[in-house]
Amino acid sequence: MATQFRLDDDQVVVIVGSGAGGGTLANELAQKGVKCVVLEAGKHYQPDDFENDEWAMFNKISWLDKRISAGGWHHTKTYPNLPAWIVKGVGGSTIHWAGLALRFLPHDFRNKSTYGHVDGANLLDWPIGYDDLEPYYFRAEKKMGVAGSAASGLPLLPENNHYKVIAAGARKVGYKQIVRPMAINSQAYDGRPGCQQLGFCMQGCKMTAKWSTLYTEIPKALETGRVELRPQSMVLKIEHDKTGKVSGVVYVDQHGRTQRQAARVVCVAGNSIESPRLLLNSASSMFPDGLANSSGQVGRNYLTHTTAAAVAIHKKPVHMYRGTALAAVISDEADPNPDRGFFGGYHLEGLALGLPYTAAFMKPGGWGRDVTSALEMYDHMSCVWVCGEDFAQEQNGVTLHPTEKDQYGLPVPIVSKTDHANDAAIRRHGLAQFRKVSEAVGATRVIDMPPYPASHNMGTNRMSAKARDGVVNKWGQAHDIKNLFISDGSQFTSSSAANPTLTIVALAIRQAEYIAGAMQRKEL
Amino acid sequence: MTTSIGETGLSRRSFLKGSGLAALGVTLVPLSALLASPNAMAAKPFKTLSPAAAKTLERMARDIFPHDKLADPYYRQAIAPLDAEAGKNAATASLLADGVSALDAAARQRYGRPYTAVAKEEDRVALLKAIESGPFFQKVRGNLVTGLYNNKALWPQFGYEGSSWEKGGYLHRGFDDIDWL
Ligand SMILES: Cc1cc2nc3c(=O)[nH]c(=O)nc-3n(C[C@H](O)[C@H](O)[C@H](O)COP(=O)(O)OP(=O)(O)OC[C@H]3O[C@@H](n4cnc5c(N)ncnc54)[C@H](O)[C@@H]3O)c2cc1C
Ligand code: SF4
Repeated sequence: MATQFRLDDDQVVVIVGSGAGGGTLANELAQKGVKCVVLEAGKHYQPDDFENDEWAMFNKISWLDKRISAGGWHHTKTYPNLPAWIVKGVGGSTIHWAGLALRFLPHDFRNKSTYGHVDGANLLDWPIGYDDLEPYYFRAEKKMGVAGSAASGLPLLPENNHYKVIAAGARKVGYKQIVRPMAINSQAYDGRPGCQQLGFCMQGCKMTAKWSTLYTEIPKALETGRVELRPQSMVLKIEHDKTGKVSGVVYVDQHGRTQRQAARVVCVAGNSIESPRLLLNSASSMFPDGLANSSGQVGRNYLTHTTAAAVAIHKKPVHMYRGTALAAVISDEADPNPDRGFFGGYHLEGLALGLPYTAAFMKPGGWGRDVTSALEMYDHMSCVWVCGEDFAQEQNGVTLHPTEKDQYGLPVPIVSKTDHANDAAIRRHGLAQFRKVSEAVGATRVIDMPPYPASHNMGTNRMSAKARDGVVNKWGQAHDIKNLFISDGSQFTSSSAANPTLTIVALAIRQAEYIAGAMQRKEL
Repeated sequence: MTTSIGETGLSRRSFLKGSGLAALGVTLVPLSALLASPNAMAAKPFKTLSPAAAKTLERMARDIFPHDKLADPYYRQAIAPLDAEAGKNAATASLLADGVSALDAAARQRYGRPYTAVAKEEDRVALLKAIESGPFFQKVRGNLVTGLYNNKALWPQFGYEGSSWEKGGYLHRGFDDIDWL
């Protein structure tokens, strides 16, 4: 019989969201003896429910509640109601993440010190450094079975066609750091099988070879008997007592009933749009601007990475869709080097799309022979995604619509983003380099694509040493409310040029140690 | 107090209704609409669209996403979901009927004949260009993105092999067979 906690049990830690941050935190806390209730807005799918079908899975698992794209970014035109690409389901976006597990670089934690004052940007150093996180990176890599890491001892994944085409071109233009630290089992590991190269990593890995909290952290957490998972439970509001400590959450359960779960500690891990939205929606007479918002930084400094994409058409077939979706990653451009005319750096990440997605994303709204002549060469294509540093800007972020409500009666979030001048320079450079890489192996046509809906969402509840600069401290603990934590990518102070998930997981492991210790010491 | 979402008048349907796919400019076509084989499809009449309107939409579909290697039934199949939606939704039905009439009127004005009788592709494309930002064109184009490219029967012609788990993935089926580098 699955563990159940009473709604009025005020000793539990309530975790909102079960993705990379929330799912990991639940397991880590449970292993340390802490009781948790995980509230997850989405359904509890199993790998049997996964289909090797792009649109079917998109429709099944995506967060499709209304959101509004605003600001100067391309999404207002291309994806007016889909600013971000996030999963609503147990496991969160780790169901469809591609599995690339890059570490941040030491300078990423010293954003302001590295770049100094940058016009229009709101840069800040993290209150922690690379050395603080290093041991947790190691534990995260071990937990996630990162192929080729010392932590897991697993060999690298084999090179698929898409990898070989990009790597060959990269070597020809002189790139040396061609990497693929993937959280995908290159052989059986942690009770899960090795990758069979299905090629549908972003539709949910049916083999469970790719790490997802859905079939790793969450079942392990449940096995301890100290965790209750409540799927289809959308948290509407966090409540506090008269001393200003949080005391519980109000949510809509799977039957559409409004419930209240008491809590000793609340950890928010709803990804970087829903997490600040929840804090803003929890405004009260004591906290009129929303919870943990004395700095006014909740929902601000929204980071998505500076992204762009392109397909290259080669002389002969590639069949990029065969095998792991994420192929070669070129890391040579990740280090900052102002000679290129921009701050920060970027990765070039080979990321395969199937035909249905290619038709939709290559030229949104496009038509005619220009489009179809390219699609006819689908099996000759390679595809890249540029993942670059994105600078914090205060006005980029999440606000609440003044009148429009969603199906839960909550104000619809407006997700606003405007490029920094630096972003355009990164995009230009990255696309030009991919063109060179592709032409080096004879590509005949390279088509630049607009950015996809944001898959990396960060920064909207950022960490800061001083309470006035951000929302949480170095443990992800709200500056204003000591038993309220942020446990997802929204606590990032800078984006770096690395994909976020490994860092989210490392931070969650570290945060669990802190919370469990503080509870034991009766500080929480 | 416990209030239920049902009591506040929100149906399950509105819970499931999202704007994401529409926001992508894409409409997810029900699989059943795509399962008929092209040959069977060619013979099957549409339920709501008039034969003339269907013919115009079919021509328009080919002009929007022209693939000379694809036979007509694929295009017919690609607009079948529009017919199905028009049968359920009066607004769609009139959007399509009015759109087709307007397109024919524009063709008559410019070339003295209805759209399907305009012989040159570039002339038809010019007519479409003029309406590409309007709701009728967008509706048809958005449907075609899936109506055409999500049709599994057509994937082999593009060299896309699709679902692989039931075949053991691509591990032993060419994931690393590239030989021209
Ligand atoms: C196509 C794609 C590919 C990607 N590939 C990579 C990659 O290769 N490498 C990488 O590092 N990252 C990748 N990412 C990004 C990665 O998936 C996310 O960064 C990561 O999962 C974020 O973790 P999270 O805990 O912040 O949120 P999520 O994993 O999104 O989890 C949030 C969960 O919270 C739930 N939730 C939200 N609000 C509420 C609420 N109010 N009440 C209850 N539940 C709520 C949501 O339903 C969701 O399940 C990819 C993303 C996409 C879309
Ligand atoms: S390629 Fe590997 S990781 Fe990706 S879905 Fe297939 S088995 Fe899973």
